[in-house]
Amino acid sequence: MSRAALLVLADGRFPAGGHAHSGGAEAAVKAGRITGAESLESFCRGRLYTAGLVSSALATAAVLGVDPRQLDEAADARTPSPALRVAARKLGRQLLRAARATWPSPELDALAGQFPKGAHQPVVLGLTARAAGLEPVDAAYCAAYESVSGPASATVRLLSLDPFDATAVLARLAPELDRVATRAVEAARTAVEEGVDALPSASAPLLEIGAELHAAWPVRLFAS
Amino acid sequence: MTAAVAGVRATARMVARDDGRGGTALPVLESDGPLALRRTRGSGAEPRVMLVGAMSGPLGGDHFTVTADVREGARLCVGSAAATIALPGQTKGEARYDVRLTVADGAELRWLPEQLISAGGSDLYVGTRIDLGATARLVLREEQVLGRVGEEPGRLTSRLVLRVAGRTVLDQELACGPGAPGGWDGPAVLAGHRAVGQLLVVRPEFAEEPVPARVLGEGAVVVPLAGPAALVTAVAPDALLLRRALDAALAALVP
Amino acid sequence: MHLDHSHDGPTALSADAHRKDGTRRALRIGLGGPVGSGKTATVAALCRALRDELSLAVVTNDIYTREDAEFLLREAVLPPERITAVETGACPHTAIRDDISANLEAVEDLEDEVGSLDLILVESGGDNLTATFSKGLVDAQIFVIDVAGGDDIPRKGGPGVTTADLLIVNKTDLAPYVGSDLARMAADAKAQRGELPVVFQSLRGEAGVTAVADWVRARLAAWTA
Repeated sequence: MSRAALLVLADGRFPAGGHAHSGGAEAAVKAGRITGAESLESFCRGRLYTAGLVSSALATAAVLGVDPRQLDEAADARTPSPALRVAARKLGRQLLRAARATWPSPELDALAGQFPKGAHQPVVLGLTARAAGLEPVDAAYCAAYESVSGPASATVRLLSLDPFDATAVLARLAPELDRVATRAVEAARTAVEEGVDALPSASAPLLEIGAELHAAWPVRLFAS
Repeated sequence: MTAAVAGVRATARMVARDDGRGGTALPVLESDGPLALRRTRGSGAEPRVMLVGAMSGPLGGDHFTVTADVREGARLCVGSAAATIALPGQTKGEARYDVRLTVADGAELRWLPEQLISAGGSDLYVGTRIDLGATARLVLREEQVLGRVGEEPGRLTSRLVLRVAGRTVLDQELACGPGAPGGWDGPAVLAGHRAVGQLLVVRPEFAEEPVPARVLGEGAVVVPLAGPAALVTAVAPDALLLRRALDAALAALVP
Repeated sequence: MHLDHSHDGPTALSADAHRKDGTRRALRIGLGGPVGSGKTATVAALCRALRDELSLAVVTNDIYTREDAEFLLREAVLPPERITAVETGACPHTAIRDDISANLEAVEDLEDEVGSLDLILVESGGDNLTATFSKGLVDAQIFVIDVAGGDDIPRKGGPGVTTADLLIVNKTDLAPYVGSDLARMAADAKAQRGELPVVFQSLRGEAGVTAVADWVRARLAAWTA
């Protein structure tokens, strides 16, 4: 299989629903915590080492063949906010649809049967990477990158931030994405031996709190 | 764990069991070194134990463990006499504080210690693991204060794992302070707040009737977990405001 | 991508014309057009005109979450379980064209939860003249413009005006007040669209949504034939 499949999967235009989600950026913008490129970078860095690391490790473990049901439960336990659990399953379901059309595989069909209302997105992402013939580390990178690219592009829309500045933020985070992907692969390999409790559970209180505040707004631009 | 050079190792244990007369007995109440357990007043049905820090809190290289085992039908409430302060030790290196709680079917534990304060230069890992039976009940409060007044915090990593009937319902780790992964004080994680806390309430009836998610203020929410449990997450500028938020949440959750 | 064949998997992927059991699924008609042109009012009028003869449901795509869905709920044109809102992250055209996954979930959930449906109307959030629906999402699309938006819109063309299966020029009752030349709009539309139909409509007039409802009935007859 081709490594270039990673470019297809990680492309922001891959039709899997991500465009309607801000990764917590909309709540942080409203709270006045993201006001420009500098605070966006700090937001993305915090999200990368918490939700990003967890997603990255879950996705990698899925590529390595850890039982999706166990991974989905592990994702639930690492996502206290019900608004975020709902968003993750919605995105998982949308990704699965796109994945089954793009890289048809019995394993993806089975996953759709097992989770008719959607599994957590990183779990689906890992199995999608598998169906696309990608390596564990590819899924680790893809999940880690999504954890920061989503908020960055949402902030361009929310603050009319200069898109060059937002892209430069992502570029500056690249070495840290390497670090997170490496850690995620290590943790996922440990989870293959020791079970899903070995997966990281790094959390970000303000992402959890912000997600619930956001879900309670009557008017918002993004679904999460 | 990093090398514990000449650190103090101490394990305090307590066991609560149904005394057969509608009350709870404490057959085991074992203090160890700096970890002293004292039975204080409290009702016969729900004895109260205070954790008294006979020495200062964990220093670099120390490894403290506290275990509580609340057996079938028993009730126990545990508090602490004062805040625990993580301090830098003479030996550089991480200190570790493990809390292991087991609550059997039909039993109830209220675990309400005072704050954990991460003093400048300290380096502490706190691991709290709770195993509950399917019909066990729990109220647990955790508060972390980053630095004494006007002080930069030390490094603090705190993992909280809740299992109910063998299934992991919550697994959360928060790392902050110098040396923690980047962004910990940024807009996604703490954004300058110096006190962060959680209140975990487990009730078998929450499985049927989950607590609805509710915003309690700009810095606090209560959410239903994917299991018979509700979690309050709160951030605040200081310990006092944090406690106020958690107390209000507790009063609303456990009338 | 337009997958017009059945899949063995647990759910359909795209615009598969059949349900899992092999029966033909509900016809999906998209309504797009600029902000304020009267998409939601047309949807409401269509629901009132068709609800007694057809089993129908509506998916709204709002820019700001659920406003259009809530309008339809307030107007009580359909029971609440037949109205679903999709959130579009500030990009309504993305949700109907480039990344249709959320809308596909919504139409499938409606079919699962409400039961057998004849027709699903998918209303786009108000957008620009280039916004069109993906063939993976809808079977036919209606583009709604109005006379107050300027009588040069048909002349300017754009994918919505040029290619929609039906063009509605709405609010004809306002033409005298805004100085729009209906004859010119009709001629321009004809030049852009050739044989594709155009309906001039005033929901306040006696005919109301009748012509559009008839067009929908004809599409449905062709779909189920």
